Amino acid sequence: MTRLLSVRDIAKTYGGRIGCTDVSFDLYPGEVMGIVGESGSGKSTLLNCLAGHLAPDRGEVLYDMRGQGLRDTLTLSEPERRMLSRTDWAFVHQNPRDGLRMSVSAGGNVGERLMAVGARHYGDIRATATDWLGRVEILEERIDDRPSSFSGGMQQRLQIARNLVTGPRLVFMDEPTGGLDVSVQARLLDLMRGLVREMGLSALIVTHDLAVVRLLAHRIMVMKGGHVVEAGLTDQVLDDPQHPYSQLLVSSVLQV
Amino acid sequence: MSDYNFAYLDEQTKRMIRRAILKGVAIPGYQVPFASREMPMPYGWGTGGVQVTAACLTPDDQLKVIDQGADDTTNAVSIRKFFEKTAEVATTEHTSEATVIQTRHRIPEEPLGEDQILVYQVPIPEPLRFLEPRETETRKMHSLEEYGLMHVKLYEDIARHGHIATAYAYPVRVEGRYVMDPSPIPKFDNPKMEMAAIQLFGAGREQRIYAIPPYTQVVSLDFEDHPFEASKADHPCALCGAEDSYLDEVIVDDAGGRMFVCSDTDYCAGRRAGQAA
Repeated sequence: MTRLLSVRDIAKTYGGRIGCTDVSFDLYPGEVMGIVGESGSGKSTLLNCLAGHLAPDRGEVLYDMRGQGLRDTLTLSEPERRMLSRTDWAFVHQNPRDGLRMSVSAGGNVGERLMAVGARHYGDIRATATDWLGRVEILEERIDDRPSSFSGGMQQRLQIARNLVTGPRLVFMDEPTGGLDVSVQARLLDLMRGLVREMGLSALIVTHDLAVVRLLAHRIMVMKGGHVVEAGLTDQVLDDPQHPYSQLLVSSVLQV
Repeated sequence: MSDYNFAYLDEQTKRMIRRAILKGVAIPGYQVPFASREMPMPYGWGTGGVQVTAACLTPDDQLKVIDQGADDTTNAVSIRKFFEKTAEVATTEHTSEATVIQTRHRIPEEPLGEDQILVYQVPIPEPLRFLEPRETETRKMHSLEEYGLMHVKLYEDIARHGHIATAYAYPVRVEGRYVMDPSPIPKFDNPKMEMAAIQLFGAGREQRIYAIPPYTQVVSLDFEDHPFEASKADHPCALCGAEDSYLDEVIVDDAGGRMFVCSDTDYCAGRRAGQAA
């Protein structure tokens, strides 16, 4: 099986401080990788480096581009990179306000990516938007409402719909369930698990919530101080953590 | 005699503006930054258009200034007087006699010819401004031809009103490349932009100049199933009876009485003179 994403020795420093360093891993099609760690461990820095929001100091991010094979996304030209990030990639922000256009209706938000890649038929765009709102459990009658009138959970689901509408192959998620209450979280997780499976998505999920990775991720990486301290199958790492920090992390979770 | 340099601006400034205009003509629809000067009128009164006009004027020119199609409104009168005083050029109200026409919010009904220059006053040159507030980002979007967002605006119109409700400043794509704000002309005027005259756009406060050379392709953006439509009030002109001109709705009394008249006063007056003769 060919790799979808291959990360080699990514490092990013903020002045003298380490953001993340010596990170390497492979991601295969249909695989979900969780990145866990405490605040400041470098997981968001890593995600932003991989998604092209930050320029890493060194390393390679090889991505299997359609029809072109593995290419280093860090050396792509800007038009290519922007095209990639609105077609084949998706980025789900922790705060839906960062990923949505709050002054544009739900339908417009979902349709934006379609129009960005050249859709010019209103009826088709609207039908696709309606379909996607249904898939993320937002009532069809809310299609012309602005996201500012939506609850936090709905905004997050709308953000997911907006990102997945062009059929991406790789989704970056930065704390997708952060700031949501537990029942809404559960519903969102259920939804994401369904979508990931149905569309055969690959995903990188950054979170500090071990329950999220337990449910969604096939493999996880544990980060601390900018380094990956442990990596492996999710159940293996969570049930039998080897590194002292992983053990601390797992034992810190309250058992209800 | 005049204590002003010809057309108010000093020669260096006019050269700077001409360079910006030349660049704008070379790249149709592209917004060229220029060092806009303070003019003896407030921003929003046509400071950009006045500077472009000043840079284009020669002593032999015949100048016409219109505001919403009319020659006799405050803005038009004061700018015409300004150039009468500072450039001592001949002025006219007749579209066909003018060599330079400065306009605010309209294109004259009478087709323009190759020997004419149409100068627009532009309040906000950036068509993407209200969709993407960051200027750095909109410039990048222009350079990479990422214009999907423009259609999001039209999508929102249809979703909310059932049709494209944008009636003025309707975005156009110039020569298949740059998306451009045609200044707040009614969309009725959009099809006229493919014309024989050269069109120059000046935005004084925003410090941008852009241009459309003669016979350049100008396409109004739309959807396949909601095509562009150049709309106007569905009436004939109450004064001259014209059915093909853009109309202003004028409230005539306190009882809701109204009449529709040509917004282009010269066109209307010309037709009435022809009918009387």
